[in-house]
Amino acid sequence: MEQFLQQIVNGISLGSIYALIALGYTMVYGIIKLINFAHSDVYMLGAFVGYFCMTTLRLNFFLSLLASMAFCTVLGVVIEKVAYKPLRNSTRIAALITAIGVSLFLQYTTMAITGPDVRSYPAMSGFLAQSVSLGSIRITMQQIIILAVTIVLMVVLQFIVKKTRIGRAMRAVSLDQDAAELMGININATISFTFALGSALAGAAGILVGVYYNSINPLMGTLPGLKAFVAAVFGGIGLIPGAMIGGYFIGIVEVLVSGYGNSMYRDAVVFAILILILIIKPAGLLGKNVREKV
Amino acid sequence: MFEIKNIDVHYGVIHALKNVSLTVEDGAIVTLIGANGAGKTTTLRTASGLKKPTSGEIWLDGRNITNTSAQERVKMGISHVPEGRRVFSAMTVLENLELGAYLRRDKDGIAKDLKMVYERFPILADRRKQLAGTLSGGEQQMLAIGRALMSRPKILFLDEPSMGLAPLLVQEIFNIIKDINQAGTTILLIEQNASMALQIAHYAYVMETGSIVLSGTGTDLMESEDIKKAYLGG
Ligand SMILES: Nc1ncnc2c1ncn2[C@@H]1O[C@H](COP(=O)(O)OP(=O)(O)OP(=O)(O)O)[C@@H](O)[C@H]1O
Ligand SMILES: [Mg+2]
Repeated sequence: MEQFLQQIVNGISLGSIYALIALGYTMVYGIIKLINFAHSDVYMLGAFVGYFCMTTLRLNFFLSLLASMAFCTVLGVVIEKVAYKPLRNSTRIAALITAIGVSLFLQYTTMAITGPDVRSYPAMSGFLAQSVSLGSIRITMQQIIILAVTIVLMVVLQFIVKKTRIGRAMRAVSLDQDAAELMGININATISFTFALGSALAGAAGILVGVYYNSINPLMGTLPGLKAFVAAVFGGIGLIPGAMIGGYFIGIVEVLVSGYGNSMYRDAVVFAILILILIIKPAGLLGKNVREKV
Repeated sequence: MFEIKNIDVHYGVIHALKNVSLTVEDGAIVTLIGANGAGKTTTLRTASGLKKPTSGEIWLDGRNITNTSAQERVKMGISHVPEGRRVFSAMTVLENLELGAYLRRDKDGIAKDLKMVYERFPILADRRKQLAGTLSGGEQQMLAIGRALMSRPKILFLDEPSMGLAPLLVQEIFNIIKDINQAGTTILLIEQNASMALQIAHYAYVMETGSIVLSGTGTDLMESEDIKKAYLGG
């Protein structure tokens, strides 16, 4: 039982990371119906910017977190403007191929700059290095921070989406772009803002992963990116609460599979879940099985 | 005054509008009728800035607005109720109405107009917390019109507001359109229900395969033999 709870604690940490990444996939999909494959590399760059801030610039964790998020925000907006906006009216497959292109571009540009080697995040010091024990369950301060940062970001996100003018514009554009335009909503600005939000969350996920797992490299985004995408599909692509639930579900399942089964199977299980959900409920856990709008 | 001057519109190779011109005087109800696929919706979408014409101009109050965005046109006082209502189905009635006032900052004025819309459409007040997608077709049409009024437009474009509604409701929608016009809003109305539209219109245009083929006052057209044969079932 205690081992199980320990696994759950670890799963929640991993799930937080997946949820943060999944939110970006789902918001962008919701608004322009594009699976933004480059999103996983925005997350990777968030980890590198965090690394740079904490080592070269010797900033503390929280400042580095903000710097990563700011960098990724700008990066996300630029990617959209340069790569996707010109293809807004072309076929989906053209946009998808472009997204893969942007992903590879980011990976190999990073590799050219930093080299292909794995880098280690600096060890945490002070209270960030501590942990608390509940019986035999150990919860590290890093895990607490991952969860706390994730919860704060999700609350802020919910507030923006539900209560602000721009959030309402985002929802309107994702429901019906023409009708939104007739309300006087600026579609381009709304799409940019969506990329900004999603990328900021990916930046946060990047630095959190760096702190948690210690090692980063230019290709680190691919697998977590795919899993976060599975999480978004699991919850119902385009749905913000779906991405949150999906992220935690995938994170916990993965940790349980490694803990009780065989860690070699953990990736396979995640993709088996994807196949199952596509067969049983293609619209995802929270999705309605209807309308692919024209 | 709103004017469309000699516009041509293409969808790829499809030549949807050919040299279309029409004028809507301030305070008038002008209707554009025509068979399916004639180009009525395309005309309105071009008028509100959703679609760019390949040639020709669009003018509002003596100003060439051809190159302005849909957003700027909303600011100038154009409001468009699109074909098929297009309410934001996963949002509440109130959120839909508030989105109609998206570009406005005058809180008091918005509150006043919300009250005005609720008075005009009491059913929307009752359903204000309900998701728009759960409303009936007639209620959605009222919501779409109410939402369009929330921007306090000078001119309102309506694309087949009576489509798919029961006869009693059609009558009600036409009464509402007359009311809105009498309260001072200019109206450009697209209809398949030609006889109803001609009855309330001050001026009418008839469109066939992308061109305006006939125009005149509502009463003139109602008496025209061609129109009777083609659109009024007699
Ligand atoms: N998005 C589009 N892509 C290609 N062709 C289009 C598009 N929209 C309209 N058309 C074509 O343009 C022509 C005019 O269509 P439009 O929708 O303006 O007609 P309409 O008069 O509104 O018809 P209805 O009464 O059926 O609503 C039609 O031939 C239609 O097939
Ligand atoms: Mg039409």
